[in-house]
Amino acid sequence: MTTQATLSEAADRDLHTELMTLNMGPQHPSTHGVLQIQLTLDGETVVDAEPVLGYLHRGKEKHAEHMPYLQWLPMMDRLDYLAPLQSEIAYSLAVEKLCGIEVPAKAQAIRVVLAECMRLTSHLVWFACSALEIGAVTPFFLAFREREDLFDLLDELTGLRTNQEFIRFGGVKGEIPADLARRLKAWADRFGPCVDEYELLLSGNRIWYDRARGIAVLTTEQAIQLGLTGPNLRASGHPMDLRKDEPYSGYEQYDFDVAVGTVGDVYDRYLVRLEEMRQAARIISQALEGMPEGEHMARDYRYVLPPKDRVYSSMEELIYQFKVVTDMRPPKGEVYQAIEATKGELGIYLVSEGGTSPYRAHIRAPSFVNMMAIKPLCVGRPIADVVAVIGSIDFVMGECDR
Amino acid sequence: MNEVVLSRLKELASDADATAIDPAADGLPAFRLEREQLLGFMADLRDDPVLCFTMLLDVTALDWMGREPRFEVVYHLYSVKHRQRLRVKTSCTELDARVPSLTGLFPAANFHERETFDMFGVVFDGHPDLRRIMMPDEYEHHPLRKDFPMEGIEPEKVYLMKGGVMMPRPEGAERYPGAGSQVP
Repeated sequence: MTTQATLSEAADRDLHTELMTLNMGPQHPSTHGVLQIQLTLDGETVVDAEPVLGYLHRGKEKHAEHMPYLQWLPMMDRLDYLAPLQSEIAYSLAVEKLCGIEVPAKAQAIRVVLAECMRLTSHLVWFACSALEIGAVTPFFLAFREREDLFDLLDELTGLRTNQEFIRFGGVKGEIPADLARRLKAWADRFGPCVDEYELLLSGNRIWYDRARGIAVLTTEQAIQLGLTGPNLRASGHPMDLRKDEPYSGYEQYDFDVAVGTVGDVYDRYLVRLEEMRQAARIISQALEGMPEGEHMARDYRYVLPPKDRVYSSMEELIYQFKVVTDMRPPKGEVYQAIEATKGELGIYLVSEGGTSPYRAHIRAPSFVNMMAIKPLCVGRPIADVVAVIGSIDFVMGECDR
Repeated sequence: MNEVVLSRLKELASDADATAIDPAADGLPAFRLEREQLLGFMADLRDDPVLCFTMLLDVTALDWMGREPRFEVVYHLYSVKHRQRLRVKTSCTELDARVPSLTGLFPAANFHERETFDMFGVVFDGHPDLRRIMMPDEYEHHPLRKDFPMEGIEPEKVYLMKGGVMMPRPEGAERYPGAGSQVP
């Protein structure tokens, strides 16, 4: 035994060559956009993995300081471009908190429907791509089949296939037409079995299981220390979900479960997100079923756009519209508003000095925080697992770099 | 908010000479303290068995140009046990723009502090790897400072790549060099 150990040590020494630096990305298909990871390799083993960020930095926070509050709203779509409406909801909620606007129940329900649709479109891309990167091609086609159907419905509602835009301060742009609501509900109701189909393809698949189970384990402790939230934290066994803990937009009315993992490896993160998709479909169905009556916009015309038909026919509303667009001044103060976005906690920190633009607007982007997990998860693992890790922690560079 | 948590919070705050800030629109408890007291106060918040503010959610800064002290660094903490948020602020002057780094207490501070350094030029003492994170390494300005113009400074200047391992910036490079021509 001793001889064997000594021998293998000697072999190890001989095989040990100099370290190699390898740039993975910024144009690597598995880095989900323009992420560069500087890998230091010892043979096939990763010794160091340093994410290099900033390729998609557009200075959104600087922009916010130079434009009216309302103008920054469409810029939120370009944060997480897989789930644009969620960022809009986060920013709207922050401004509404700052100004003290009450959002009508109907608008809240529509926001919940849209937020969960965004969770689905985002998780479907994650599912499709992370499976594709590990070598499973079929899930990609299945996931995008469902995603296209959902996009068709969202296109009908918002007029945009991707980068949808529908949220306004104090409510939403319009109601969901009855016919579209019926079809969206039918889609949500048949989406559950689709997830079962995905599971049939991957969950019991030997290759997928071996590539995912026990790989890149993140304990609850580690996840909390790294500030991870959302599915990544839940897969590590901590049931933190802002939809349950600090309900916003009336999430407390809906019946859904929070998926929690036990091990915290790639496989758990995969299972948690799959279950989240089922639950999102459940929420959509419930919200459309019990859609409250009433208005879809608040009537606080100091901060809320008046209805368009009134703007064209009434002098008062025309003036309000003009004031909101050009000269909306929230009261002095600061506010931090967090929502459960697809990648984790998306926080908007606004500081107002009473002017027409925020004195400071900061985005606490979950993708940015998730980046910190790359190094601890990759070090010591073979280079092939880097792809599995990147896929499993899920990020979007638009949101990360801002 | 939980009464026990609040009273314990006030105890710790008075130990660290932290003053409570009037609740903002979001109603979060908030404290402002001197940077010398920051590390001790944060360690207490994290390790206190009653409070357990174990998660650092966010670090950012505010630039109050024209006032003293100019920079205010804002921390958002989260207590996993009580599902409670907390805001802590500290400040530093323009000439001595340094605050202690929290990376020793919260590994999550790493990227947030790098970003704050990049955008505001606030130096975090004790940070293991304080480099720019968004802007190119050789960039000389701090874009989120209030005296940085919206249109940028020297927007024509070429910064080829971040990291600099594979493609260091060649002398007199064109603005849009042909793809691949610079790769050694």
